[in-house]
Amino acid sequence: MTTTTDQVTTADPPGTGTSRSTPPRKKTSGGGGLGRYVLVRFLLIIPTVFILVTTVFVVMRSTGDPITAALGGRLRADQLAERIHEAGYDRPLVVQYLEYLGGIVRGDFGTTISDNRPVSEVLTTYGAATLELAVYALIIAFLVGVPLGLVAAHHRDRIPDAVLRIFAILCYATPVFFAGLLLKLVFSVGLGWFPVAGRASTGAELQMMALPDPSGFYVVDAIRTGDPAVLGDVLLHAVLPGVALGLLTAGVFLRLVRTNVIGTLATDYVDAARSRGVSEGRLVRTHAWRPALIPIITVMGMQIAMLLAGAVLTETTFEWKGLGFMLAQYLQARDFVAVQGIVVLLAVIVAVTNFLVDVLAALIDPRVRY
Amino acid sequence: MARRLSWGRLPVVHQLRQSVGLQRGMLVAGLVVTAIFLLTAIAAPWLAPYGFSQLRADGVLFGAQQPPSAEHLLGTTVGGYDVLSRVIWGARTAALVIVVAIAASIVVGVLLGLVSGYFGGWLDRVLVVVCDAIYAFPSLLLAILLAIVISGGQSDLWGGSLAAAFSITVVFIPQYFRVIRAETVRIKAEAFIDSARVIGTPHRRIMGRHVLRNATRTLPLIVTLNASEAILTLAGLGFLGFGIEPTAAAEWGYDLNKSLSDVTSGIWWTALFPGLAIVLAVLGITLVGESLNDLADPRLRSRRAAAVGAGEVAETSVVPGGALTAGPAGLGGLEGSGTLGDEGIEVRP
Repeated sequence: MTTTTDQVTTADPPGTGTSRSTPPRKKTSGGGGLGRYVLVRFLLIIPTVFILVTTVFVVMRSTGDPITAALGGRLRADQLAERIHEAGYDRPLVVQYLEYLGGIVRGDFGTTISDNRPVSEVLTTYGAATLELAVYALIIAFLVGVPLGLVAAHHRDRIPDAVLRIFAILCYATPVFFAGLLLKLVFSVGLGWFPVAGRASTGAELQMMALPDPSGFYVVDAIRTGDPAVLGDVLLHAVLPGVALGLLTAGVFLRLVRTNVIGTLATDYVDAARSRGVSEGRLVRTHAWRPALIPIITVMGMQIAMLLAGAVLTETTFEWKGLGFMLAQYLQARDFVAVQGIVVLLAVIVAVTNFLVDVLAALIDPRVRY
Repeated sequence: MARRLSWGRLPVVHQLRQSVGLQRGMLVAGLVVTAIFLLTAIAAPWLAPYGFSQLRADGVLFGAQQPPSAEHLLGTTVGGYDVLSRVIWGARTAALVIVVAIAASIVVGVLLGLVSGYFGGWLDRVLVVVCDAIYAFPSLLLAILLAIVISGGQSDLWGGSLAAAFSITVVFIPQYFRVIRAETVRIKAEAFIDSARVIGTPHRRIMGRHVLRNATRTLPLIVTLNASEAILTLAGLGFLGFGIEPTAAAEWGYDLNKSLSDVTSGIWWTALFPGLAIVLAVLGITLVGESLNDLADPRLRSRRAAAVGAGEVAETSVVPGGALTAGPAGLGGLEGSGTLGDEGIEVRP
């Protein structure tokens, strides 16, 4: 399919179309194949990102220019026209598009209209918060999803399995914002165990702001302050958003582990172990679960997209000031320059994660490469 | 050639007969919940005690944030609407959006997939790359973008619902496209297609009669999974403020958004009931979809007592690893190796 990869021509896999008459080489253990795979896969990101950026641009611009959208009712027509001219939105769309692409390559996403900040600054300021939330959610998802999946597979088609599968579907069927609202109702308002919203209380935030060069990852910053009270405060704030978003993914992990462990339990080598008298519980614990984890890594790519979309909703529920929270704010303000920037960044993150996940899967499982 | 259509061959009925034990229980439970959801949607005007935008009865205002009482079984919202009525009417909005979104995405997705897979060439390449890009995009974000374009924000029942429905449509098209394209590529290589061409059958007829009819076996499964996703996406849009005006229609996500501030002050009824409605609707449809998926996969299907010992069976799950885990398959997706196994889904143990 791609012919641009001829620099790394070690061990052409059969059937890739290149019919050069190279002398047959001794097959080494497939290291070259991996290099080629990674390169091809990497080159495939470029069209994906390009299409995403173009789609977002075209879609956003088909509604008109961002200035009219944001300030439409509030300025007189001549003032509006002047602002549009200043910002260059009256030029041909193709010129604007090329300029936008050029800006993105240089890391310039434009300036927000509602609060006049560089979009790149918004992205770096709030991106850390979203990543932090995503990490918490993944941790929760692993801690909940994998063990429960093993239990469900072990008790296949019996009561615990049924209960766990219903639980998994419930995790998936509950919108994150409703899960968040319920958690808030019970644990913040009802029991008062956790704070209602935000990433940290004001005192802790001030202490972290005083740090030289804060990273934006509150856990890291809290550890750097050296004050256990600050760290405790940050972690307390993280529990409910992390659980709300994590449960969504936990359901998917549970199903996946269950399905794959059931699949592995039917394989010959497990049968062999079984015939040697290994107990069923031990089969799950020592033989079947490791190969069953491989698909989880592949699915992680998909999960990142789902996590980011979920983060938008979770952040709004908990006033967690990350990209999703800002996205909702800018959507309300009809500030489409900012929306465009955030959406493009999220899309690129998804594309890059998918790439990393594919490489990881290829490293683990040689059959993936070709 | 008129083949006798028997009930047992219909998609869901067939699986219902095939299922046993726990799996049948899940399928039946899903079907019941889904039926309740649909009946509520149809009968909303008769079931709901008040209109979805009704603020007063007999000239007396309902009052805002009233706790559940005899007049208002589930209380009233911050805007002074009756919660129970809005929950019931919300089913109608959700059902409307699902039906429109899925019908539209099936038509477009199947048509594109059929043409793309059948003729191949550069059009095929372009469509595959574009669909993969859309598929990799977080669906809620895509829906937000499209909602901005289509409605510019909020509007009336039909405008708002259609905007939401078409936003969701675009998100779903790649799924139908991928499945139908993969099937088409597979079926195209079969001998009976060659015979049809030899006797001079036009392409349109081959596509419609020979390919399409053999390529639709996985559609019921994807439809159910998409239906539940459509409800969640609609609710997400509403929650972020892209819903439908409360005076135009009742929408669960919008009501949940309005209940955000109530929760902090301990008012639970405005959040709980619309949320439960979403969960139940999605749960019912997902249970049906899950069961269909498991029944299609011999490794996951519960075995009838007598028919154990199937040995090794090829994976025929529509999406390897389970239906909810569909993801862009990297190179596999681009090369059109397809997400489907080669074995027939109808394999019985």
